[in-house]
Amino acid sequence: MELTGAEIFVRSLEEQGVKHVFGYPGGAVLPIYDAFDQQDKVEHILVRHEQAAAHAADGYARSTGRPGVVLVTSGPGATNAVTGIATAYMDSIPMVVFSGQVPTALIGNDAFQEVDNVGITRPCVKHNFLVKDVKDLALTIRKAFYIATTGRPGPVVVDIPKDVSTLKAEFHYPKRIKMRSYNPVTKGHPRQIKKAIELMLSAKRPMLYTGGGVVVGNASKQLVEMTKLLNFPITNTLMGLGAYPATDKQFVGMLGMHGTYEANMSMHNCDVLIAIGARFDDRVTGNVEKFCPTAKIIHVDIDPASISKNVSVDVPIVGPVDQVLKEMVAQLKDSKAKPDAAALKAWWKQINEWRAMDCLKYSTDCEHIKPQAVVETLYKVTKGNAFVTSDVGQHQMFAAQFYKFDKPNRWINSGGLGTMGFGLPSAMGVQVAHPKSTVACITGEGSIQMCIQELSTCLQYGLPIKIINLNNGFLGMVRQWQEFFYQGRYASSYMESLPDFVKLAEAYGHVGMQISKPEDVEGALKEAMKLKDRLVFMDFLIDPSENVYPMIPAGAGLNEMILV
Amino acid sequence: MRHIISILMENEAGALSRVAGLFSARGYNIESLTVAATEDPSLSRMTLVTTGTDQIIEQITKQLNKLIDVVKLMDMCEGEHIEREMMLIKVRAVDKGREEIKRMADIFRGRIIDVTDALYTIEVTGTSGKLDAFIEAIDAADIIEVVRSGVTGIARGERALHV
Ligand SMILES: Cc1cc2nc3c(=O)[nH]c(=O)nc-3n(C[C@H](O)[C@H](O)[C@H](O)COP(=O)(O)OP(=O)(O)OC[C@H]3O[C@@H](n4cnc5c(N)ncnc54)[C@H](O)[C@@H]3O)c2cc1C
Ligand SMILES: Cc1ncc(C[n+]2csc(CCOP(=O)(O)OP(=O)(O)O)c2C)c(N)n1
Ligand SMILES: [Mg+2]
Repeated sequence: MELTGAEIFVRSLEEQGVKHVFGYPGGAVLPIYDAFDQQDKVEHILVRHEQAAAHAADGYARSTGRPGVVLVTSGPGATNAVTGIATAYMDSIPMVVFSGQVPTALIGNDAFQEVDNVGITRPCVKHNFLVKDVKDLALTIRKAFYIATTGRPGPVVVDIPKDVSTLKAEFHYPKRIKMRSYNPVTKGHPRQIKKAIELMLSAKRPMLYTGGGVVVGNASKQLVEMTKLLNFPITNTLMGLGAYPATDKQFVGMLGMHGTYEANMSMHNCDVLIAIGARFDDRVTGNVEKFCPTAKIIHVDIDPASISKNVSVDVPIVGPVDQVLKEMVAQLKDSKAKPDAAALKAWWKQINEWRAMDCLKYSTDCEHIKPQAVVETLYKVTKGNAFVTSDVGQHQMFAAQFYKFDKPNRWINSGGLGTMGFGLPSAMGVQVAHPKSTVACITGEGSIQMCIQELSTCLQYGLPIKIINLNNGFLGMVRQWQEFFYQGRYASSYMESLPDFVKLAEAYGHVGMQISKPEDVEGALKEAMKLKDRLVFMDFLIDPSENVYPMIPAGAGLNEMILV
Repeated sequence: MRHIISILMENEAGALSRVAGLFSARGYNIESLTVAATEDPSLSRMTLVTTGTDQIIEQITKQLNKLIDVVKLMDMCEGEHIEREMMLIKVRAVDKGREEIKRMADIFRGRIIDVTDALYTIEVTGTSGKLDAFIEAIDAADIIEVVRSGVTGIARGERALHV
């Protein structure tokens, strides 16, 4: 039987197993919205701004491992989504974004609400398509999901002209798909893996450096098994947090610009570095000339282009991290050689000395609430079990440093693009995917205002997110850089005329709280958590002068941290 | 180092802009870029000339391979290969110079393909270096117009780029 493009669209999503779509309607997608309305397998969540649709789908994907799905209209709908698409692209998150387009006959005529969405999004997607013929629609959708979710994941945009959704074609949704031009690697090279194992077992001062690839690659279990087998120290990037339990004694904390002293010193002094699903970002390497000067480097990554891009490596392994780690574990178990226990003992002794510096300590003899204390208390009150999303700034770093993630997919933040405004909408996506779980959004008074309108979406869908606003009255991260590097000239980093967040939350139909005394922090958090089915906006008035430490200034090596 | 990279791509709308966009976004050089369909209408073949250190060339080939539409590619300079570029050049040819230019065209195995009282249009084919040399050999003041096709290339012997 022939179906309209809009019906094909909806049926394809069903076949694909999609349960939720985040979107916003408009002229070019009206036929699709109409088809949506006539089925009940796929739920549409109406956001208040298309950027939020993309972030929500992104949070959904990060917390479940399933692709997030977005639907927006042509022109402004599509351009509004771009920030969210770029955010997902930088962090390798699987997402499929459908945008409406003007009818094929009008393309190129500067028609009403026309933008070249394929052109605009090209540099920030894994791939994109313009569907010109309704006969190609189902296959294109199938390809989009295949590309978004395999290999190194990423967002895929499918632009659908209005006439394509109204014309008819036979519906056939292919179960399997093969593309001659796209064949992601499924297995690491056994000889390279063997070489890596030999190098690992010869190490005197080994170091595991693992990233977001372990989370999106769903390989936390294998990583833990291998790390335990080896008794090596391990650090995670900002994107990798939770892939190795933060409360385990082999974990030395996050590395990089705001990483721990012990993580960065272990990196700097190691003799064998094992990088797994991490991409040697400049926030991690610091000055690459000074990076890991004495180390031989093994790098496991599914994307060959990530390997030897910023730092050249000695043993490259191209492959999916779960398979490669499984193979490594098997080879380690078979191997007669064992890690050098004496050398490791000395290495751990050294690391524990660095650890004893207690680089994350902060002063508590202050009349102000300390942001670190809020995060620590949140950890305690939620027993470490919450999903935590964050925005971008100092609060993001405090969240990363002080909430100890023991499980992957629980820490949801924008690392690569650093998108303020990500926190609340991504929390919506997480809460939609996990309706019974506690979802906390750690944010700042600057960031939260970038997508504050989503409080309305939260009311409509009953999303009981707990918003932890670490309100320092400053664009704090900017202020910190101005203090350190611009002689304290605080150009436009001060947030004047802040709204009354309590009233604002109430105006949107939620619960608002303001907390200004250190002794009230725990009680307030407990009270908020008791309000299981309400969104609670907690405005914590915190120490406005607090900075994030340690910090590696630009151009410095990992051993050249500013420690308080 | 100068490299000639040949790419087989799905013959889809926008394939060219994906390659061009990649080069501008990542700040790689493109000296020339040619593209046309192949004997298989579903594939187009692109040849691009770029320069960079070994490390940059490695990134370029990896990034190109990462484009979903790219089926296969080959760095011609990794083996023996033949490089060709075609040039059409319009030059002033009067008096004594007329004979001189014809002789020069012969030396470079060029062909005069259009003639007026005062002009010759010459077709020259060869490596880019040969075309450069031809331009050098002619008085700059006599050159009216130059159009070059950009480089194409093919590997020698058994080595071949095909699906
Ligand atoms: C204010 C601010 C401060 C920051 N400070 C820090 C900091 O101090 N420390 C820090 O670490 N980061 C920091 N970041 C984040 C930083 O910018 C980068 O986003 C982050 O370091 C990148 O993490 P990653 O290397 O794990 O890579 P990701 O971006 O997570 O990339 C994952 C890698 O894994 C690969 N991969 C994906 N799937 C698989 C698979 N299945 N198998 C194998 N490989 C796979 C990908 O190809 C990619 O190379 C900060 C960001 C902000 C906004
Ligand atoms: C969309 C966007 N614009 C600008 C920036 C630059 N920026 C990074 S952190 C920051 C300040 C964030 O302020 P706030 O949300 O109050 O967090 P704080 O650092 O105070 O905790 C700014 C402006 C950004 N990351 N994203
Ligand atoms: Mg702030």
